[in-house]
Amino acid sequence: METVLFYLFAALTVGCALMVVANPFSRNPVTSAMFLVLTIVSMAGLFVLLHAFFLGAVQILVYAGAVMVLFLFVIMLLDLKEEERRKIKLFGLIGGLVSVGAILAIFLQSLQTARPGANLSAAGADGSTVALGRLLFTDYLLPFEIVSVLLLVAMVGVILLSKKELK
Amino acid sequence: MTPVGLEHYLVVSALLFVLGLLGVLTRRNLIVLYMSLELMLNAANLALVAFSRFSAKGSLDGQVMVFFIITVAAAEVAVGLALIVALYRKRQTAHVEDLTSLKL
Repeated sequence: METVLFYLFAALTVGCALMVVANPFSRNPVTSAMFLVLTIVSMAGLFVLLHAFFLGAVQILVYAGAVMVLFLFVIMLLDLKEEERRKIKLFGLIGGLVSVGAILAIFLQSLQTARPGANLSAAGADGSTVALGRLLFTDYLLPFEIVSVLLLVAMVGVILLSKKELK
Repeated sequence: MTPVGLEHYLVVSALLFVLGLLGVLTRRNLIVLYMSLELMLNAANLALVAFSRFSAKGSLDGQVMVFFIITVAAAEVAVGLALIVALYRKRQTAHVEDLTSLKL
């Protein structure tokens, strides 16, 4: 059952990610955004299969909720219609495919030789929210506070950047 | 069928990362570039959660790391999209080929 679910979610994730970057039917950014939502939701399924329940929920709330709404809002704000007329340059496409293929080959080759999970089983971390929260507020308290300051800085910066006139 | 191990998740993560890289290299729309960046960040997240699940000691450090990455990614998207909006106000384009004023 778990194996079937893994292959289902993995195929869904990779297929939708392919549609985000290289959709043969449409070059519309809104289509890409919708497929990115599907990618993120199926990746939350993978997180749940890895017993990271809290992160699966956060993935859906933060990415599929907040971040994607922001993306769609900006697409709506910019009114990107003329995008579909442009052609992808052949040279750029070939260069991208070659470099990407090389990197993928290196990844798979190193996985093949290193075999990082050869004698490991899935008996590791069980991501209960209690354990994660306890870790976050004891060992990782300082990074947690710093991240909250970072969010504040980002908020102030965004407000400043999107004011009407930039000084 | 063989049981799903660490390598399976790492292969999915590598594929996602490579797809995001392909998007960054070939797409020319700034917003789609940002979505491809998100894909690459998510690939790293998947690898970290898989490592955390298959770690021998059962430590949750990988998941805490992913939590921080999600937070920083949200901040990064907010700032980046605000930059795109400001750029669009100034130049009326969200297309990387039209933004060549730094080119020699």
